[in-house]
Amino acid sequence: MNFGFSDEQDTIRETLARMLGDHATLEVAHDRLDSGEGFDTATWSALAKGGWLGLAMSEAEGGSGMGAVELAVLAEEIGRSLAAVPFLSVLGLAVPAIQSAGSEDQRKSLLPSLAEGRTIIATALAEDGGLAPHTVAAKVVQDRLSGQKSPVTFGAEATHALVAAKDEDGTPRLYLADLSASGVTKRALDPIDRTRPATEITFDNTPVELLPGSDPAAIQRLLNGAAVLAAFEQIGLAERVLALTTAYAGERRAFGRQIGSFQAVKHRLADMFAKIELARSNAFFGAWALASGDSRLSEAAAVARLTALDAVQFTTEESIQLHGGIGFTWAADPHLFLRRGWQLKAELGPADMWRERLLDNLADAQRAAS
Amino acid sequence: MDFSDSPDEAAFRAKAREWLEANATLRDGSEKAQDHFMARDADEVARARDWQARKADAGWAGLTWPSAFGGRDATPIEQVIWNQEEGRYAVPPNAFLIGIGLVGPTVMIHGTDDQKASVLPRALTGEDIWCQLFSEPAAGSDLAGIRTRARRDGDDWVISGQKVWTSGAHYSSHGILLARTDTQVPKHKGMTMFLVDMSDPAIETRSIRQISGSASFNEVFIDDLRVPDSARLGGESDGWKVALTTLMNERFSISVGRASGGARAEELIALAARVERNGRPAIEDGEVRAQLADFIARQRGLEFTSYRVMTSLSRGEAPGEEGSIGKLLLGKLRQEMGAFGMELAGSGAGISAATGDDVARWRNEYLTAPGNRIAGGSDEIQRTIIGERILGLPPEIRVDKDVAFSEL
Repeated sequence: MNFGFSDEQDTIRETLARMLGDHATLEVAHDRLDSGEGFDTATWSALAKGGWLGLAMSEAEGGSGMGAVELAVLAEEIGRSLAAVPFLSVLGLAVPAIQSAGSEDQRKSLLPSLAEGRTIIATALAEDGGLAPHTVAAKVVQDRLSGQKSPVTFGAEATHALVAAKDEDGTPRLYLADLSASGVTKRALDPIDRTRPATEITFDNTPVELLPGSDPAAIQRLLNGAAVLAAFEQIGLAERVLALTTAYAGERRAFGRQIGSFQAVKHRLADMFAKIELARSNAFFGAWALASGDSRLSEAAAVARLTALDAVQFTTEESIQLHGGIGFTWAADPHLFLRRGWQLKAELGPADMWRERLLDNLADAQRAAS
Repeated sequence: MDFSDSPDEAAFRAKAREWLEANATLRDGSEKAQDHFMARDADEVARARDWQARKADAGWAGLTWPSAFGGRDATPIEQVIWNQEEGRYAVPPNAFLIGIGLVGPTVMIHGTDDQKASVLPRALTGEDIWCQLFSEPAAGSDLAGIRTRARRDGDDWVISGQKVWTSGAHYSSHGILLARTDTQVPKHKGMTMFLVDMSDPAIETRSIRQISGSASFNEVFIDDLRVPDSARLGGESDGWKVALTTLMNERFSISVGRASGGARAEELIALAARVERNGRPAIEDGEVRAQLADFIARQRGLEFTSYRVMTSLSRGEAPGEEGSIGKLLLGKLRQEMGAFGMELAGSGAGISAATGDDVARWRNEYLTAPGNRIAGGSDEIQRTIIGERILGLPPEIRVDKDVAFSEL
């Protein structure tokens, strides 16, 4: 039984935490939110320079040959730092999509430049807020894509998009679109977290490339892997918000004592901790299933997603509450986490979608067993 | 990250399996429902004793005890592996958890040579069954508030008072008893621990019926119980220190013990597929589906939390922070699942039509679950522990800390 991070993985975490601490501070997050500039290019470049973007690519692909568990460590530290970078689109979805479903040529041409941070691929799976592949209306005919995808996080900053669209037989597949190509129109949206700018992209007869291995099952696997990594990002975020709220409860005094000594406050913080640890246990299972290619990945992803969503919503809302009036102000930190939490929910679909995936999966497993 | 045994762990598992295979029968689902730790009747006690004696004979009792005391020098993870393997077999309840898990280790640390010789071998073989005489009507979460008094009388001690929530007291041969010996000092400082014989006529045990209708614990009345000074475990007024050893071992025994059972969310899914709600299969109802998925997600989280605890043990570390949440979250989950099962099973909610039907099954679950939220440190105590020991929040203001017990 070895259900935790290794010493090497802990070392990776420390290195990352230091690096992110130098670049992606909460001051930077406030600045980004105020200016609406979004994308934190300095942190993204630093991640590229440190080799972190190629973490889970083989050396031949231009990476350092590590696996899903190390990627989970990176996800958690990104979440903790609130860095305004397209981690989930690029490392959670685009890279594994190209690795698992791309042609040899696509892998060769795209992975090295993704690792160097020169290529940024936004994920354009959702339409009208829906993410389930069967709701896709966008269509590709003779390698030309038409349709509207929304929301596309970092759509304005990305060089390419990974698009879910139906092929000529009506089967959902994944395509790569160069966003400088013809027929691409972008419209900025107003996301709850402006440090993760979102765009609506309309494709009109835009030339695209199919990822040849991207059948519907492959799309499901990609979503599952992304959900596991997103859960780690959510856990990192929730732990940070718990830490800063705990610190505040230790400093702030009322009625002659620190407010953290009151059970009403202390027990709320304990509940925050419990929800985070529960989510972490499920996320560990997800990381293990992702790294080992276990058939329970689908179930693991769903339970990790569901408990992480719950942990983030509870910790961020209660963080504002426990900060009192100051927590309700724009200048204070808690709302940065609340906003990011909702953004992470929006990017991979809400709880009800994952509940249905979980129950369908259990029903399938039951049928297979009987 | 992986779920597999290390080579040493695998070798231990194989040995355990080999012995169990030769000495016990695999469960096949037809067994009568039983508790993991509590014997329900004299027959279960007798079968438990017999099984324990056979384990002790073959070297499978008191696994983590040092071999000097008849144990196997096993590591905590080996204890977990044994529990997993033994759990696959139809074996009687482990009525010896308190003797082997709590009292034995406490005696090893605080006992005299004579106490070690008289207590340890008989606890190991199951000849003696131990109970824990700690909680009292006025001292539960606040254990140091106990009022049971032990007074010096020549070379003896005379003990009077009342204990409560004592699991298995009615079939235990011995008890580890915390008593107040000095009321003129603050409450944590005036206690002393004793080892007592439950068959003494000065001890009367009355069973307590729980809201589920069953009776697994007791109130114990102690009326001028005379014990020699050799029954004192640890120093006079050192009772709190001794009790902390016992409680630490209790937490350890629980963390490596078999999961405390309870219903599985999968059973609710099966139930939802069988019954109707609003004129259609309940499993098709959106609200039902949302609730079922939520239960599964939380249940998996608890299961994997126990794997994290095992990982700490496997690495030779004490169970970490993650261990403290299992107890806090399990009771509430069981309670919610029980309530949901009752509603799902019948439109009359708690009204059962026949013994053993779905309503009766979930009603029992619902009426058992509150015990999980209270016993062994209530939810409120768990939250305070998490808040203070893990998150490092400032402690409660204590009005009783430096005041003599008699002044409280």
